[in-house]
Amino acid sequence: MSDRAAILAVSGASKRFGAVEALSKVSLDVFPGEVVALAGDNGAGKSTLIKAVSGVFQLDEGEILLDGRKVSFTSPQEARDNGIETIYQDLALADNLSIGANIFLGREPMKLAFGFLPVIDREKMAEAAKSTMETLDFHVTRLNAPVAAFSGGQRQAVAIGRAIFWNARLVIMDEPTAALGVPEQRKVISLIQSLKAAGKGIIFISHNLRDIFEVADRIVVFRRGENAGERKPGETTSDEIVRLMVGK
Amino acid sequence: MPVSPTDRSAGTALLVRIAELRAWLFLIVLVVFFEVWARIAYGNTFILNTYNLQSITVFATAPLLLALGQTFVIISAGIDLSLGFVMGLASVVAAHVANYALGSLGLPPIAAMLCGILAGVAMTFIPGLVNGWLIAYLRVPPFIGTLGMYGVARGAAYLFAGGMTISVTNEWYSAIGNNRILGVPVLVILTAIACLVMHYLLSQTRFGQHTYAMGASQPAARRAGINIRALTMKIYLLSAIMGGVAGALYTGRFSAGAPQAGEPLLLDSIAAVVIGGASLFGGSGNIAGTIAGALVIAVIQYGLVFIDVEPFWQFIAVGAVIIVSVLVDQTQRRFLGGRQVE
Repeated sequence: MSDRAAILAVSGASKRFGAVEALSKVSLDVFPGEVVALAGDNGAGKSTLIKAVSGVFQLDEGEILLDGRKVSFTSPQEARDNGIETIYQDLALADNLSIGANIFLGREPMKLAFGFLPVIDREKMAEAAKSTMETLDFHVTRLNAPVAAFSGGQRQAVAIGRAIFWNARLVIMDEPTAALGVPEQRKVISLIQSLKAAGKGIIFISHNLRDIFEVADRIVVFRRGENAGERKPGETTSDEIVRLMVGK
Repeated sequence: MPVSPTDRSAGTALLVRIAELRAWLFLIVLVVFFEVWARIAYGNTFILNTYNLQSITVFATAPLLLALGQTFVIISAGIDLSLGFVMGLASVVAAHVANYALGSLGLPPIAAMLCGILAGVAMTFIPGLVNGWLIAYLRVPPFIGTLGMYGVARGAAYLFAGGMTISVTNEWYSAIGNNRILGVPVLVILTAIACLVMHYLLSQTRFGQHTYAMGASQPAARRAGINIRALTMKIYLLSAIMGGVAGALYTGRFSAGAPQAGEPLLLDSIAAVVIGGASLFGGSGNIAGTIAGALVIAVIQYGLVFIDVEPFWQFIAVGAVIIVSVLVDQTQRRFLGGRQVE
């Protein structure tokens, strides 16, 4: 992968919470079109690392390079403005709003009605929703329906659509399939493939080793806040990954 | 892969539409009921009578003005219990300032009236901002924070007025509250303008859109980069300002500022929003529904008097309508709404 520049390069990342050392000199690279799975037991530091990358809090030590540029985000909004979108297991959508309104939530397009009155441009939101969802092979028939009317997998597609529409460079997925049934999980896995095909960098966190082996290009294992190893799915087994996670 | 939203989408869409319009349907049913009753019992019309129409709509203005702000608060999954006495406080401040400007400063009546209205509305920034601050920054639950403000505003209004009503003698102020333009009461015209502005804010601006998002899921709104604290402050400020407008206009209608002006109207304002189809869990509701809700209450109250039912039945009728509205809302959620919002 050395022929391409990393989208994200974290090095020497450390973070303490009081007496607890949540991260200790951790490094992580993500390249364009690559899915990096983070594996590790609870408390291994996966969440801490992605929260630092997505601007929820800042590192005590170490640096984060985004497209080779050193960054330090003070808020999730700042990370988002710099092309980092995070997708959560609990579907961070406003259920009562349409797909378009969710894609644009917090950044609604405006237009002038009667030449002077600023109003939300709902047509633009609906068009963007339609074209974005089509790139995910999701053909929406009722663009004004609230997202509550859609299934869990479809709603996760909306969250992913938001990342695509805003042209995210790096998409962080924290247990994106945990709240879903099995067929819906398959759908999300295929959505991840389309993100990858679009050249995005993807960090994928899951407890499900089967999903990890299916979707990841690299598996980075954390243990007690440190790097415990890194494997390619074709060159390892679930047993080996589990051994790395528990340290035996 | 073509995906349609849920299996029952087409029929569901129609049912949802009907459920959204239920307050207007109910209003029509009520009007027809009183009309039929009036014709059978008195051989007289109920709704086609100009005087009745004027009375009902004027009757609806004060609770509706409160309900307009309350709609934003309830959609955001909050509640504003201080509104009744914020209105009373604005009413006595407006009365006092209008009198002072006319008598002591010697301003012309129209200027004195404007000073009074401005002062009454401006003073509501204090309870509005304090409510918002308590809820947004100190994380006090809206029910408790605004209940505290209910007491504070109540005491402040009575202290300011010395426990009395403050009578106002100002032909301009009284005209605002009682005159008509082409047969339409000025109060009704002003309230209609307020409805248009609030409808615009709620349905066409980012402020309104974010209010809906926050009511459905505060974490989702926060993750989308919406400033929840600033939004909460704005919503409670807007609610208080509408209380101020209602109070300042009350003073014109009755030529007096009264601390207890809004006391019976607080519950009517919440009832109007709920009858109008908003959910107390937040995330749903609209101005058109709230208008219908306020008219339903006004028609019930006026209609029961019109057909000579003892006035105390009004409370029972309005109470029953509130309960039925909430039950309808819950049923709708269960059968049509898809998943529950956390």
